Amino acid sequence: MARYIGKRLIYMLITLALIATFTFFLMKILPGSPIASADKLSPEQRAVVEARYGLDKPLPVQYFDYMLGLAQGDLGISINQFKGANVTDVIISRMGPSAQIGFQGMVLGTVIGVLLGMIAALRQNTWIDYSSTLVAIVGISIPSFVFASLLQYYFALQLEWFPVALWKDGFMSSVLPSIALAMFPLATAARFIRTEMIEVLGSDYITLARAKGASGSEIAFKHAFRNALIPLITVLGPMAVGILTGSLVVEQIFAIPGIGEQFVKSIMVSDFSVIMGTTIFFSVFLIVVILIVDILYGIIDPRIRLSGGKS
Amino acid sequence: MEKILQVKDLELSFNTFAGEVKAIRGVNFDLYKGETLAIVGESGSGKSVTTKSIMRLLPEHSAEFKNGEILFGGRDLTRLTDKEMQKIRGKEIAMIFQDPMTSLNPTMPIGRQLTEPLLKHQKISKAEAKKVAIDLLRLVGMPKPELRMKQYPHQFSGGQRQRIVIAISLACNPQILIADEPTTALDVTIQAQILELMKDLQKKIDTSIIFITHDLGVVANVADRVAVMYGGKIVEIGTVDEIFYNPQHPYTWGLLSSMPSLDAEDAKLYAIPGTPPDLLSPPKGDAFALRSEYALQIDMEQNPPFFKVSDSHYAATWLLHPDAPRVEPPATVIERMKKFPGSRYYEGSRV
Repeated sequence: MARYIGKRLIYMLITLALIATFTFFLMKILPGSPIASADKLSPEQRAVVEARYGLDKPLPVQYFDYMLGLAQGDLGISINQFKGANVTDVIISRMGPSAQIGFQGMVLGTVIGVLLGMIAALRQNTWIDYSSTLVAIVGISIPSFVFASLLQYYFALQLEWFPVALWKDGFMSSVLPSIALAMFPLATAARFIRTEMIEVLGSDYITLARAKGASGSEIAFKHAFRNALIPLITVLGPMAVGILTGSLVVEQIFAIPGIGEQFVKSIMVSDFSVIMGTTIFFSVFLIVVILIVDILYGIIDPRIRLSGGKS
Repeated sequence: MEKILQVKDLELSFNTFAGEVKAIRGVNFDLYKGETLAIVGESGSGKSVTTKSIMRLLPEHSAEFKNGEILFGGRDLTRLTDKEMQKIRGKEIAMIFQDPMTSLNPTMPIGRQLTEPLLKHQKISKAEAKKVAIDLLRLVGMPKPELRMKQYPHQFSGGQRQRIVIAISLACNPQILIADEPTTALDVTIQAQILELMKDLQKKIDTSIIFITHDLGVVANVADRVAVMYGGKIVEIGTVDEIFYNPQHPYTWGLLSSMPSLDAEDAKLYAIPGTPPDLLSPPKGDAFALRSEYALQIDMEQNPPFFKVSDSHYAATWLLHPDAPRVEPPATVIERMKKFPGSRYYEGSRV
């Protein structure tokens, strides 16, 4: 297991270096300059500003400098979006709200989704099953901005249960955005668990469990649930990254100073080091989650062995 | 002999989109204490459905008892609630399935799968259950049972898995063990080992076995009595010698003729012509009549009742009626009948 994780970590570093290189050169190909109102500056002024951020050096030197900094954990400084602030600090401060609503949304959505899916599978082809399927379809097909706006209108404006927007009331501010974000994982989990449970409940080992005298609930929870979880983990991992790293739309609607909102703005103003830093941060996050998912597989499904490549 | 299970006039249908499939159309048999009853027949003859209905393992929403009863310990199993059945399943009636590769839970250590029925049906502690489970594994011939308790099904071979399934089924010393083609998915050498094991264990714990198979070689090896099923009915039932050496029903003749034999002279293996009947609309008379070269006019119109051949041997064919014309069974069957005292072709003590 330790050997396997060590090997995976080395692959992760290689992947990251490739992503950093790729993003770096893509950025350089893009038109636009991070220096605000560059056109109005005289060539001399411009040269001074470029020299301060090292933008005057030849491309290979810039690349080398950046990678060297990255290896030391230095993501550089923001050129214009946060005026000289350290990119690592920017990401950390922006990550907080995104992670909170993302985490709450994920947990809420997954738990309710799994429950709905289980009930639907155990009561297959009854009205419970049909209404659970309806919830899943609605959750997947209604865009999150419609759902977020509806929540905002009824629960914040009409009923005044929660603040309309902004990040000022702690947990209360996070409730509506979390619910808005929960819809997609909820629908996905319900769909996956229902399909998988129905399949598992029809398998031979469930018949054997019944032949042993197991009751309905023992079969559902002791025998079937764990086997039905496996495919769900595959989709939940990457989805968690997407949601934890911020949903731009939901953050915009509730005016939450999250990382999604910051990322898009940095692209609009071509803040080179912030774009690079955020991309690398997202990549690390995704790669780590994929590793966790792979380890979870091994825990849930003993057939998948993670012993130094020998299966 | 003591009757442990009685199946009387059992009729069961599946309600499907296409209509009512009459899977069991009046099945009668008794199971005696300590015996092995083999149920043979081709796919779709109703042998698996019959045993699954005894265990009440058929999907409740589509399978429906139409008539008859299954008497076990003074109770009619067709009328019990699922809660009451849970107390019988695994404790008094246990079951082994066809495919050991899929009948164990892949994400549960086999130790837990073994102790589950023990903890469920007997008032014992976890530690005691574990001890019993290890003994059971030793009983079915698993080496190093203590170590293997923690392992998962994928760490065992097919034959070993079937041994584990057998150990699970025997955990509570059931009165009846239903084995639904337990050796079909195994290769021949392992098949022989598993059969030996089952015979051995039956003697040790004195259980009755219902053994479902379509392999007549296996039947000859394990069974005391044989019931031949066709089209949702038992067409002939008798001791293993009576069925093998004095068969009366044309379908049994067909089955026996299609069995490969070492001393057969003609190289080509016999196959029963045609296909099994469609149980959505079962034929009026004898279900086998349309495939049988021995069918009489009455077979097309009236269902034959059971005719008694001996105290233990009954066959449902009009050929046994006193007014029926005398027909010659296939040559291979006559060869067999020559060896059976009491058959009309018996050739004395020359065997």
